[in-house]
Amino acid sequence: MAAIPSRHKSLVLLAGVVLIQVLFLAVQKRDSQGRLIRSWTVGAISPFERSGAWGFGRVRDVWRHYFALQNTSRDNEELLRENNALKLQLSQLESKAADADRLAVLLNFRRLNRDVPMLGARVIGASADAGSATVFVDRGERDGIRRNMAVITPDGVVGKVIEAFSSSAQVLLLTDKDSGVGAMLADSRIQKPVGGTGEPLLLLKYVTNDDTVNVGERVVTSGMDRIFPKDLPVGTITEVKPGNPFKQIRVRPAANLERLEEVLVLLTLHPLEVQKPAEAGTEAGEKSAPEQPQVPKS
Amino acid sequence: MMNDTFDLAGAESHIEVHKFRGGAIVLATGFALLVQALIPVYFPKAAILDLPLLITIYFALSRRNPSTGLLLGTMIGLLQDSLSKVPLGFYGIAKTIIGYIASSIGARLDTEHPAARFALTVLFFVVHQGVTVLIKRLLLAQPEVWFTLRLGIAAGVNAIVAVFLFLLLDRLRRPS
Repeated sequence: MAAIPSRHKSLVLLAGVVLIQVLFLAVQKRDSQGRLIRSWTVGAISPFERSGAWGFGRVRDVWRHYFALQNTSRDNEELLRENNALKLQLSQLESKAADADRLAVLLNFRRLNRDVPMLGARVIGASADAGSATVFVDRGERDGIRRNMAVITPDGVVGKVIEAFSSSAQVLLLTDKDSGVGAMLADSRIQKPVGGTGEPLLLLKYVTNDDTVNVGERVVTSGMDRIFPKDLPVGTITEVKPGNPFKQIRVRPAANLERLEEVLVLLTLHPLEVQKPAEAGTEAGEKSAPEQPQVPKS
Repeated sequence: MMNDTFDLAGAESHIEVHKFRGGAIVLATGFALLVQALIPVYFPKAAILDLPLLITIYFALSRRNPSTGLLLGTMIGLLQDSLSKVPLGFYGIAKTIIGYIASSIGARLDTEHPAARFALTVLFFVVHQGVTVLIKRLLLAQPEVWFTLRLGIAAGVNAIVAVFLFLLLDRLRRPS
């Protein structure tokens, strides 16, 4: 057998490696193949992401509430030093209060929907590529999370679980190009899907030019996708343009998908009815001590 | 593989083949992936960066060995795939090709000057984007635009970051 010239060896290797990956890509289904590699990689990097998320939070809190607020002046340097020390102390308390507020909202939401199995999770990482909108949360299969479970915040829909690992899970955000949710207009009850575009705003699809849609109208889940419970806020319409054949309607997500820190995962794959705070009225107040939600500790 | 390196070095004697301290490549790669996954949670606009690509370009250019470059690109790409929602092999193929081209260019040109590094990073970013779009269109049957203004900005931003990042990574080189 003729030997391959040295300078062509790398070219042959390139062709071989690319071909193997092309074949792998061609036969791959997200359900099964490649899961082991993903599990290993995510398992290896998750502890560092958790530590990084913790460290980032600390640094950011100190930066936001101390350095960024520091307003030095030569004249009152001495006074400011003392003042800043107090500010630091105060900012730490504020930071804790902000955390408590956020968790209180989750707690309240959880209390109002005590029949709905849900789990609090902390966002610990984002996608490693700019082309997709996904995040990793610090809860996984061992906590009962499975693929296709709905992920929400008290503000609205976040996305769904697309991969569950043993101690973490990957969530596809609504803003991703491949994302979608069964939705309807809160006022007219017109049911249409909402999809991501890869940008901060969502798209309400397939609304004909005959349908009346107004800027500012709320969009809620329809429950038809059998992933998200009915009547959860999806977003608010920010722009309506006539199009051919359908209107071009932009929707601002109700949940702040660019600044997610804690989310709730609905631990069921069956359709649910989630109770909104307005509907609950004083019902929650009449109930005795609420069950503690499993919100991750900071 | 190493013999190839020295052959190349012999043929292009004015171009130095750089070696790195033990574990430097593994640590730099791991750190880049971690930062890539962590930073956008707090600074969403930072998602414009493609640190795994920059790491691939740097080590491929420095090692100047096409075989090493393409295998490094494959590893980094597959790891990036694992932390994304794309099928395994998507970034693997793109970075394999970038690793090969970068190390081939590195073996022929002096790529130490910041201006050269800036221009090459822009070029590789565009090629990388082209390959990923090609994969999406041909293999995944997903419609994807070839280039947008945002990608143009991303190419420039990544190239600027690359100039400074590469200076930092130069410190990981083993003294010759």
